[in-house]
Amino acid sequence: MGSHFGAVQESYAQDLAIFRTKLHWGALFAFLLFLFTCPLFFSDRMLTIMTMIGIAVISVHGLNILTGYCGQISIGHAGFMAVGGYASAILCAKLGFPFWIALPCGALTAGIAGLIFGLPSLKIKGFYLIMATIAAQFIIIWTIIQLRSITGGPDGLSVPKPAIGSIVLSSKANYFYLVMAFTCLATLLAKNIVRTRTGRAFIAIRDNDLAAEVMGISLWSYKLQAFFIGCVYAGVAGSLLIHYYSFASIDQFPFMDSVWYLGMLIVGGMGSTTGAIMGAVALRLLDELITMVGPILSAAVAPQAAASLALISHGLIIIIFLIFEPRGLHHRWEMIKAYFRLWPFSHEE
Amino acid sequence: MTFFLQLVVTGFALGMIYALIALGFVIILKCSEAFNIAQGHFVLIGGYLGYTFLVTFGLPIWGTLLMAILTAIIMGLLIERLILRPLVGQPVLAVIMVTIALATVLGGLATLIWGAEYKAYHGLLPTINLQIGSISVPSESLIGLIVSIVTVAILMLFLRYTKIGLAMRATAEDLQVVQSVGIKATTVYAVSWVIASIVGVIGGILLGGVSGANMELAEIGLKAFAVVLLGGVNSIGGAIVAGIILGMLENVAAGYLDPLLPGGGLAKVFPFIVMIIVLIFRPYGLFGLVRIERI
Repeated sequence: MGSHFGAVQESYAQDLAIFRTKLHWGALFAFLLFLFTCPLFFSDRMLTIMTMIGIAVISVHGLNILTGYCGQISIGHAGFMAVGGYASAILCAKLGFPFWIALPCGALTAGIAGLIFGLPSLKIKGFYLIMATIAAQFIIIWTIIQLRSITGGPDGLSVPKPAIGSIVLSSKANYFYLVMAFTCLATLLAKNIVRTRTGRAFIAIRDNDLAAEVMGISLWSYKLQAFFIGCVYAGVAGSLLIHYYSFASIDQFPFMDSVWYLGMLIVGGMGSTTGAIMGAVALRLLDELITMVGPILSAAVAPQAAASLALISHGLIIIIFLIFEPRGLHHRWEMIKAYFRLWPFSHEE
Repeated sequence: MTFFLQLVVTGFALGMIYALIALGFVIILKCSEAFNIAQGHFVLIGGYLGYTFLVTFGLPIWGTLLMAILTAIIMGLLIERLILRPLVGQPVLAVIMVTIALATVLGGLATLIWGAEYKAYHGLLPTINLQIGSISVPSESLIGLIVSIVTVAILMLFLRYTKIGLAMRATAEDLQVVQSVGIKATTVYAVSWVIASIVGVIGGILLGGVSGANMELAEIGLKAFAVVLLGGVNSIGGAIVAGIILGMLENVAAGYLDPLLPGGGLAKVFPFIVMIIVLIFRPYGLFGLVRIERI
């Protein structure tokens, strides 16, 4: 063989690895180095934005497993985030649990809530399931308001600053590290979950659930697993969000957020871990752009222009992506990579 | 007993408006198999249009209805042509998601034009007082009841006796057969969106007459979904019956249970509880077709 061009894999393990070439590993280390040195040269404002992006990425990973891979559409993701967030907030504030125990407990509670509201998915799909998950969102928020003695109802609930051991995560930089660690872990897990037997079962269910059942995939078990995993991710994201503000409030989990998470998935590209990250980053940055442009526009046009700009631009972006780029940013990125890989001998088929 | 009957009567009128709004949803679904999440936002636009034409332009009620219907026709045509037609044949999720996005755009437009403010105009609708025994029927409920019954009746006649109405029913039955006899499916889709936006806008004016126009009108759309699910998504009669049932149930439940619950607001979450129960125990609703799937 002597010398060869391009990436050649010599074993099955090599072929299956996520990071196959030296370039991949190099890029990974460069990125991680960049990510974890961010607090050294970024302002607090930038760190806040990146923390929020990290939380959104975790949440969208969960939705991606549930919707992008398993095909069970959920527009109640913010509701499940609220379950996880409130559970860990209550454990911390009322029962005095340390943060690092409360967070996984919160995630588990969200997962259990996901199992309960995932039950209808065994009988229904498509639009019906969307309605069931929208209902889940509203019922969860309503329940939180009703349980005023535990959750503080509409007034919210303040939570002590998170601490791991003796380190109190009070600064933005500390919390940024925590969220980024979780984001990287969540990404790695998400990427690997979909490559296991479970992940392949999810894909089979998404593509044709009847055919999957005939092949011997238990719909009952795998659909609920998808709900559980997706909602555990939501729970982690919700906990991180609440502990970031040290305050739990239902305003942090509005219905529209559930829609945006799905929007992020569409913009990024469904059924792709990279797509989930791309979508979350793209829409969050758009949000920031709107927050910057909004006040200028409000001053120039009308006071309500900023609020309407946010709604209209989000809506239009989702519409435009669905009509012109239904497979999302990830697909476009793959096309660009393929173009340069073949260049200058690419040809149209 | 009087309290109960009072709740039932106002609930009946409210339910009829829900049924009207839900009809728009069912018609789009039957004709083009698109789930229109934006139905509630047609109601929102309707509520604000009612304010604009009644208060800002000072038109009488019939003039308002006429102008609102004209606006609704233009809105329906534009939405179908620009947003829905490029997605014909795409997966269910894409179509649902595009209507969700459409809903946010409509909400944004309403915020931009009317400033998301509360606009009341219930004093401007004509007042009719009706007293049955010890129950007094509020004027707004009565007007809502009359207008929605008339609209539903016109819609039924339209679907039964006009050429395009028959074409729409045929499309709901079998798209390929309809196309083979030379009916343009796109026309049918356009008309179904126009009808949905008209009934939404009329519903909006009626509800705006009861509670004033504000951004919460869009949530009525969610109640319409509960109605649709309860009645069976592809049944027009089902939507009417379920609308009335849900309107009455909601009013009675809120009337009796709200004082017992600390936070209140049961009327808001009630449709969702109905929705979940229906979805778990009878996913195809009271009158819906049970779909048999084959690979």
